[in-house]
Amino acid sequence: MTTSTTETAADRGARPAGDNRRKILEATMKRFQYQGDALIEVLHKAQELYGFLSPELLSDVAQRLRLPPSRVYGVATFYHFFSLAPQGEHTCTVCLGTACYVRGAALLLRELEELSGVKAGHTSADGRFSLLTARCLGACGLAPAAVLDGEVIGHADRSDLAVRIQSLLGRER
Amino acid sequence: MDLHELEAIAERELAQRPRLRILHCSATGCQASGALELKRRLESLLAEMGRQTEIDVGAVGCLGLCGRGPIVRIEPSGETFEHVKPDDAAEIIAALDGHACHVARCDQNHPFFTRQLLIVRRHCGLINPDRIEDYIAVGGYRSLYHVIHEMTPTEVIQAITRSGLRGRGGAGYPTGLKWATVAKSPGERKFVICNADEGDPGAFMDRSILESDPHLVLEGMAIAAYAVGAEQGFIYVRGEYPLAIERLQKAIAQARRHGLLGTQIFESGFNFRVDIRVGAGAFVCGEETALIASIEGRRGQPRPRPPYPAESGLWGMPTLINNVETFANVTAIIENGPEWYSRIGTEKSKGTKIFALTGKIRNTGLIEVPMGITLREIVEEMGGGTPDGTPVKAVQTGGPSGGCIPASLFDTPVDYESLAAVGSIMGSGGMVVMDEHTNMVDVARFYMEFCKDESCGKCIPCRVGTVQLFNMLTKLRNRQAHPSDLSRIEELCELMRETSLCGLGQSAPNPVLSTLHYFRHEYEELIGAEGDHGS
Repeated sequence: MTTSTTETAADRGARPAGDNRRKILEATMKRFQYQGDALIEVLHKAQELYGFLSPELLSDVAQRLRLPPSRVYGVATFYHFFSLAPQGEHTCTVCLGTACYVRGAALLLRELEELSGVKAGHTSADGRFSLLTARCLGACGLAPAAVLDGEVIGHADRSDLAVRIQSLLGRER
Repeated sequence: MDLHELEAIAERELAQRPRLRILHCSATGCQASGALELKRRLESLLAEMGRQTEIDVGAVGCLGLCGRGPIVRIEPSGETFEHVKPDDAAEIIAALDGHACHVARCDQNHPFFTRQLLIVRRHCGLINPDRIEDYIAVGGYRSLYHVIHEMTPTEVIQAITRSGLRGRGGAGYPTGLKWATVAKSPGERKFVICNADEGDPGAFMDRSILESDPHLVLEGMAIAAYAVGAEQGFIYVRGEYPLAIERLQKAIAQARRHGLLGTQIFESGFNFRVDIRVGAGAFVCGEETALIASIEGRRGQPRPRPPYPAESGLWGMPTLINNVETFANVTAIIENGPEWYSRIGTEKSKGTKIFALTGKIRNTGLIEVPMGITLREIVEEMGGGTPDGTPVKAVQTGGPSGGCIPASLFDTPVDYESLAAVGSIMGSGGMVVMDEHTNMVDVARFYMEFCKDESCGKCIPCRVGTVQLFNMLTKLRNRQAHPSDLSRIEELCELMRETSLCGLGQSAPNPVLSTLHYFRHEYEELIGAEGDHGS
């Protein structure tokens, strides 16, 4: 099976030289024998490689799996996990599960919104910081919980988290 | 692989194991509390002392008391320590040598531990989830061997039926009956699916089982596949559980290498392959027909039942779908017999249930208790009440599909029927404790916001109803509601219950109805204040 000749915008993206992300994605699709059933698995891989699913990437996947673009777009927008816009350089995800809610997660989120100037679910204009929410991280024993750049923070303390975010963003208080 | 080889692995494993062991919890909760750094410190310290072969530092699964992690257990004494910091490494080694140690010990005689009955979690905290040898050493894969070589599929189904096991995902459908339906449904291929899309906020027992004892679930699935005649299985895991996915991948690869999954298992004609499908963040995919659509690579939207998946499921083939905890009960039933299992629990709810005890509670974590235990025993004795002694107001069970049970009904026994009778459900096992500071209208609104976002949009009662209910609860919260709004809320709840397509919409009104029933005054107070805050 030959690789697609359509070079996507994502291909021309951040890593111009030696970018083998397209090859890895192609290998994933090949492993699933280009079956439409594997769409979600393929989108997982694409997002892992590129960080988000650009329109070009979606139409590329649709072509390779021989699916209508509407179906690919429909699936990509149905699931919360898939992001159609690039995420910030740093991300903070606040868990809004019940246990966290009962232990003050909503208040925590409001304060982080004020501090960062970013609304929940959005990314700052300079692309440096995304503030996200999660339904439940399953870390209820540590409520309220948050994830800062992949690291789970249990018993998240507002001021402690604020300091960590500010130091990540290199801002002085 | 045959039985002798299996026994040989177990013997070798036990013979090689050092007498002195330091076992630390390596599940998500304790990792977030610094368990990995602690492990590194212990290992480097032992290397400095030249005792790295004498003392084994092992990662084990969840020890239950997640709120006090990292938890460490030492053998042979069996002492357990809580809130262990990396700096405590030397003290833990001292304790192993029988010297004084100042790290806080878990009180193993506390009801939190003594009231538990471990069946599903029997290996948790004892074995390393990354090593199949550990699982084999505690008797793993013997049940699968026994089933394949000494039982017919019908006998297996009869055993599960006689045990009285019911689905642990929430609805409590008799497991044996489900297996029997799949077994007798005609189809050229059949599938077994493990539902690990644990979406209820506040529930994390399935994550813990997968992170602590993945082979237990795989063995249970293989036994089910043998019983119903399936050769392919899928585990549908939430994308939010990366550690569980990693451990499952490792476990599947190990089992295949040992000939315990794949073709000709235990040199028989039985083949069974398991693949993982990673969910992409949609609560509705916990519903079985939506989950099937998702495995088929489509939007996770449910379809009307019947036909049930047992007759027409994945790619139109007979499909068995059970929850993680249900599969995790199977080997114990085969090992000890259905009669043993059916003696545990109540008349209609057999066995144990794992609950995630969270919220305003002193002892946060996972507990496995026999069915029939009362809420009071769980909340007051095991959980130790609220951290600051504020009176407990209610517990919420069953997540967005369940209800709030007030403290006055805490003598209710925990079983499927009793919880339904008080307006809640068993659910998957989340148990969130709320105290006097928790406003129940807020709680109802919180769940409705959840259901509104998670509604798949296919049927109108759920798509529109959740939004309308959320708006009405918001209006109420802002003290702008009219007295007639309460009856309109109830009317809409009733309509959604009766007419929604799937469980999500049918049960979405439960948190509202149960809080309206038990805490109506909190709703009325918000209306009563209209005069003061109107305009």
